[in-house]
Amino acid sequence: MVTYLDHAATTPMRPECTEAMLPFLGQRWGNPSGGHALARATRQAVEEAREVVAESLGGEPREVVFTGSGTEADNMAVTGLTAVRGGRPVCTAVEHHAVLNPTLALGGRVVGVHPDGTVDLDALDAALDDEVSVVSVMAVNNEVGTIQPLDRVAELVRRRAPAAALHTDAVQAFPWLDVATVARPADLVAVSAHKFGGPQGVGALLVREGTALEPLLRGGGQERDRRSGTHNVAGIVGMAAAMRATVAQRAATVERVGRLRERLADGLLSAIPDCTESGTRSTKVAGSCSLLLEGIESEALLVLLDREGICATAASSCASGALEPSHVLAAMGVSRRLAAGSLRLSLGWTTTDADVDHALRAIPTAVAQLRERSATGTWLTAAPAPRRTA
Amino acid sequence: MNVLVAMSGGVDSSVAAALLLEAGHDVTGCTMKLWGGASDTGCCSVADVDDARRVAQQLGIDHFVFSFADDFEASVVAPYVAEHAAGRTPNPCVECNRSLKFDRLLRRAHVLGFDALATGHHARVDHDGAAWRLRRGRDAAKDQSYVLHMLGQGQLGRTLLPVGHLAKAEVRRRATALGLRTAGKPDSQDVCFVTAAAGRASFLGERLGLTPGRVVDRTGAKVGRVAAVELVTIGQRRGLGVAGGDRPRYAVDVDVASATVTVGDAGDLLSREVSLAAMSWVDGPTAGDVLAQCSAHGTPRPAAYDAGRGVVRFEQPAARVAPGQSVVLYRGDVVLGGGTAA
Repeated sequence: MVTYLDHAATTPMRPECTEAMLPFLGQRWGNPSGGHALARATRQAVEEAREVVAESLGGEPREVVFTGSGTEADNMAVTGLTAVRGGRPVCTAVEHHAVLNPTLALGGRVVGVHPDGTVDLDALDAALDDEVSVVSVMAVNNEVGTIQPLDRVAELVRRRAPAAALHTDAVQAFPWLDVATVARPADLVAVSAHKFGGPQGVGALLVREGTALEPLLRGGGQERDRRSGTHNVAGIVGMAAAMRATVAQRAATVERVGRLRERLADGLLSAIPDCTESGTRSTKVAGSCSLLLEGIESEALLVLLDREGICATAASSCASGALEPSHVLAAMGVSRRLAAGSLRLSLGWTTTDADVDHALRAIPTAVAQLRERSATGTWLTAAPAPRRTA
Repeated sequence: MNVLVAMSGGVDSSVAAALLLEAGHDVTGCTMKLWGGASDTGCCSVADVDDARRVAQQLGIDHFVFSFADDFEASVVAPYVAEHAAGRTPNPCVECNRSLKFDRLLRRAHVLGFDALATGHHARVDHDGAAWRLRRGRDAAKDQSYVLHMLGQGQLGRTLLPVGHLAKAEVRRRATALGLRTAGKPDSQDVCFVTAAAGRASFLGERLGLTPGRVVDRTGAKVGRVAAVELVTIGQRRGLGVAGGDRPRYAVDVDVASATVTVGDAGDLLSREVSLAAMSWVDGPTAGDVLAQCSAHGTPRPAAYDAGRGVVRFEQPAARVAPGQSVVLYRGDVVLGGGTAA
């Protein structure tokens, strides 16, 4: 039995999504940029998808740019805005690297957060001036699940840096929050399909009318010159189907999964000594349960959980698969030592009571094994008896 | 047995994993991520992690990546820099084995419940009825027992070296037969965290600021200059600005404090003794007749170890051992222990 508690990394595809995609992996294979019948048939599908995405994100169809990922959408917002407006970007210290790295690469400024992970508005205030091109504040954090106060951020940006655009990375928000409402004050909104039951390799950036930006990819001029490259038709159709299903079930999912999260977090906090929750539950989305385990190395814990069929992670992992110290926890003021024992359990639309039961059995056992065996500090000086040759 | 195999992304550890599987063990692979900086030497880079992961997939075993970069910096890189700053010649591979593979990683294996840790080193571990022994690998040209000399009974009893009884050519043949992508990969070279492209001078220059120095002969007369006294090794002949003359001259002393390198002829370099510090023993202290090996691929020389003074006395005088190098003591092909040349 595999218990999947890593929905912040990716999510299983929704059956509505798979079903919607299948024709485009088979007989409907035309290039939507063409003019003939086969092309027109797929172009229609792309435009229908665009309407769904626009509605789900609270924008107009002409404001939707399809991308190859959430990362591309974030890069496009930060880099594309700065290229047009000049100046430098600003973002929070807890942004995903898809925002943080382009911001730093462009000489931008990074603004700190409070211990609960919400942006420090005074620090943001101090970082804003007429030289700022774009301010990026994620709607929901990917490691801790913290919801940012976008309304207050927007009010501050409009007042202190009226020339700047406001970008929000809503990649982690979409499964849990009505993005059409919470992202209303933002000029740009990025999402990624595979975080809400859609396929990997497709995302979207909502670019509000009047917000000019330079493209990252130049070529055939697709997406009204904002993103060249032949459309990933199946992916785009799948994303729209997953969005439709997610929006339709969102309120029920939040309520159901929220209850599971309460049971999981409360259960683990009471079963495991020296265990605390990172962030503040009242400012986190329903699927997020992130813990700090004193005296535990996340890497070791994850191996044991993997053995027990539990898929989880610590901080977001890097390309080599090794765990890097979490920049999010560091920004929240968590010590490097304590952050080394972080555990991120992220629930999602497929999570069940059985998953929570499994986690409540396996995680305290694994933590106890690690603590017990770590405590036998002198075992290396004792020679084990011979038990083998060669 | 439930075995964790350390896979560097090279051919030896790839075949080590395969041999353990063939022997019926329950095998899990792992790769240590030690160094975040540039690397082109064929060990521990992201591309090497990818190779190790792919081999694990081909063998059908689980594979995990462990990030020990902090420990590597503290236990290997920082001491390497400090040794050079003191004009000594460190061996970071020895320190990596001591602090990372056979301590940090072995402890990780323990907490995860593994019975043993395996690596792709060319050396052999066995038990002679009384104690665990570390012996040279079957392939004399590839023997790596020198860099494992710090292993004691506690480590050896939990260590498997599956390729130690194979010739390197046989290791490659098996990797090819298994279709592993590491089969033709060159052996790793030199220090993993110093790129061949930029070199040692560039790495150390960024870390400690190198000191230009004067080169003097044994009378104190200035005969040349060096760009960095920290990079001069005892016994070094090239790069001292004293080329030519009727006979070769060698570095016989390095004094970083006064930025002075003293050169002499081959006779000035000869020594019969070396004092060892930080001794470790495979199975407790010993003394008397030994074979002493003073570099990773050096020739073992007949010697006697004086335990009271902590001194190795060679039968025949030979070029002095550079301070900081490991001196490993053998009896036959069995490692007794070793220490660091003072």
